Amino acid sequence: MSEARRRPIAGGAGGATEAARLTTLPREATSMGPIARLLEDERVLGFLLLVPTVVLLGLFIAYPFVKGVWLSLTSATVGNPGQFLGLSNYIKIWNDSIFQRAAYNTFVYTAIATVGKLTLGMWLALLLNRHFRGKRLVRASMLLPFIVPTVLSTFAWKWMFDPTFSVLNWTLYHFGFIQTRIGWLTDPAMALGSVIVVNIWRGMPFYAITLLAGLQTVNPELHEAAALDGATAWQRFWRITWPLLLPVTMVVTLFSVIQTFADFQLVYVLTGGGPANATHLFATYAYQIGINTGLLGEGAAVSLAMFPMLFIIVVIQLWYIRRVEGA
Amino acid sequence: MAGRAGSGAGMVEGARWRKWVFFYVPLTFFVVGTLFPFYWMLVTAFRPDGELYRPWRAVNNTPFWTTHPTVEHVLYLFQQTMFATWLWNTMFIAIVSTIISLFCGLLAGYALARLRFPLAGGLGTGIFVTYLVPPTLLFIPLADIIRDFRLGDTPWSLILTYPTFLIPFCTWLMMGYFKTIPKELEECARIDGASRLRAMVQIIFPIATPGILSAGIFAFTLSWNEFIYALVFLSSPQQKTVPVGVVSELIRGDVFFWGPLMAGALLGSIPVALIYSFFVEHYVAGLTGAVKG
Repeated sequence: MSEARRRPIAGGAGGATEAARLTTLPREATSMGPIARLLEDERVLGFLLLVPTVVLLGLFIAYPFVKGVWLSLTSATVGNPGQFLGLSNYIKIWNDSIFQRAAYNTFVYTAIATVGKLTLGMWLALLLNRHFRGKRLVRASMLLPFIVPTVLSTFAWKWMFDPTFSVLNWTLYHFGFIQTRIGWLTDPAMALGSVIVVNIWRGMPFYAITLLAGLQTVNPELHEAAALDGATAWQRFWRITWPLLLPVTMVVTLFSVIQTFADFQLVYVLTGGGPANATHLFATYAYQIGINTGLLGEGAAVSLAMFPMLFIIVVIQLWYIRRVEGA
Repeated sequence: MAGRAGSGAGMVEGARWRKWVFFYVPLTFFVVGTLFPFYWMLVTAFRPDGELYRPWRAVNNTPFWTTHPTVEHVLYLFQQTMFATWLWNTMFIAIVSTIISLFCGLLAGYALARLRFPLAGGLGTGIFVTYLVPPTLLFIPLADIIRDFRLGDTPWSLILTYPTFLIPFCTWLMMGYFKTIPKELEECARIDGASRLRAMVQIIFPIATPGILSAGIFAFTLSWNEFIYALVFLSSPQQKTVPVGVVSELIRGDVFFWGPLMAGALLGSIPVALIYSFFVEHYVAGLTGAVKG
């Protein structure tokens, strides 16, 4: 934020000279054609500027959404429009034990990963907010998990979790923690936990960097005053930092919850939903049914099952932003 | 504990051991934890197969380094797979979809931040809501639509769909940026006879260059990283992007070609990491602006 706020001012100087240059141009207002005059109308120009966006989003978001709802009510398969079935796809998945497992997994995955990312991200942000040598380099490198293509970095994790060649097992064994190997992704009891660890690893920097930007707007004098009054570091965090950071924290968390809830790549690469469907999420199960098996209708129903939860989060998000802006 | 962070360097820090326990140790833990997978990628990419596949308890296993670095995996990528083509495809798709999204986002962001017209509020909310729609919600009907439009297995299937998650973000970021530019600048130009369009393009857009750069870099990394649309819409090897190519061509059945896989992961990450390293500040501004607006 601080960057974004600072730059326009720096750019403002350049803009002023730009404006000065323009004042020397001949006046055009008197010789305007009809089209130019139309473009002077805020309402016309406003609409025109939004046309490309509305067309693209309409064609590839609104239309697919409507089509998805329609597909989910039919028996469509690849290359075959199918018949109207009403709600029977939804009834079918509701009673499907793998779907139930996927729903349960998605909630567990989202809840644990979000708490983990928020806690670790906040901690890292607080550490990075201090002055130390090499701070810029450390801060820049901390974002790497977030910018490197997720699929590619997830392969590094899959290799680290490999049942036969795992470096994690090697390390734990040589430090004397384990005697037999741990099946990070092959043991149904471990697999979801391993996937959550990778999700936390990947998403934590996003929290850390956005929270750090928020921390930099907190006035250090508040901390100094509180410290002089004898407040401990722990008290200062909960009484000063946390409340001031709450708006940023809320927005970041809601964004991240949506992404985590709808996650696909990590599970697709690490386990493919296995072992024995122990790690399926809504999105991976929808892929398996809709794309691998080709049952478009049923697959669309599985992915639309995410919608109510996403809808609730979006409503909370909109409400919260309105409230903050209104205040 | 770490809550003293805000205090800065000017404060009395207490005993030296406290700084070690509450600062250096956790920071080291974060740095090692964050970067180890990349180190692991690097070591694996240059380790010969003979060393790679030693069981975890083998006596001669030296997992953290190699004494015989090799480029065989990198050569394999370029000679036995279409890795160079995938790199080019990814680059092309990311650049074109970023340009389209920047164009749309700039215009829309300007309109929503500066102009008053009916439905502006509704459209603004609509664009924000699409920002929150995850690709995994729509990939099945979209796959069908892409087939209907005969775009399947072409780069255009991605160039036209990536803007759906890039435009809302660019619009949102640019809106926030335009709001920080004083209105007086345009008003001056308009008093001097410049049209609205001219004031927008010649006065406001140049000032917004840092914002455009942030949005562009962020959009580029997002499209470079996209996976599920590319996985679903592309099928032939010569059309694939790096993430999809690596997944589908370097795993045969249950056999993972770990050396080439890690070399591909490393090389596929380098372009985006390079761009990121040149523009860290812009990227961070884009990232924080993306949530703050």
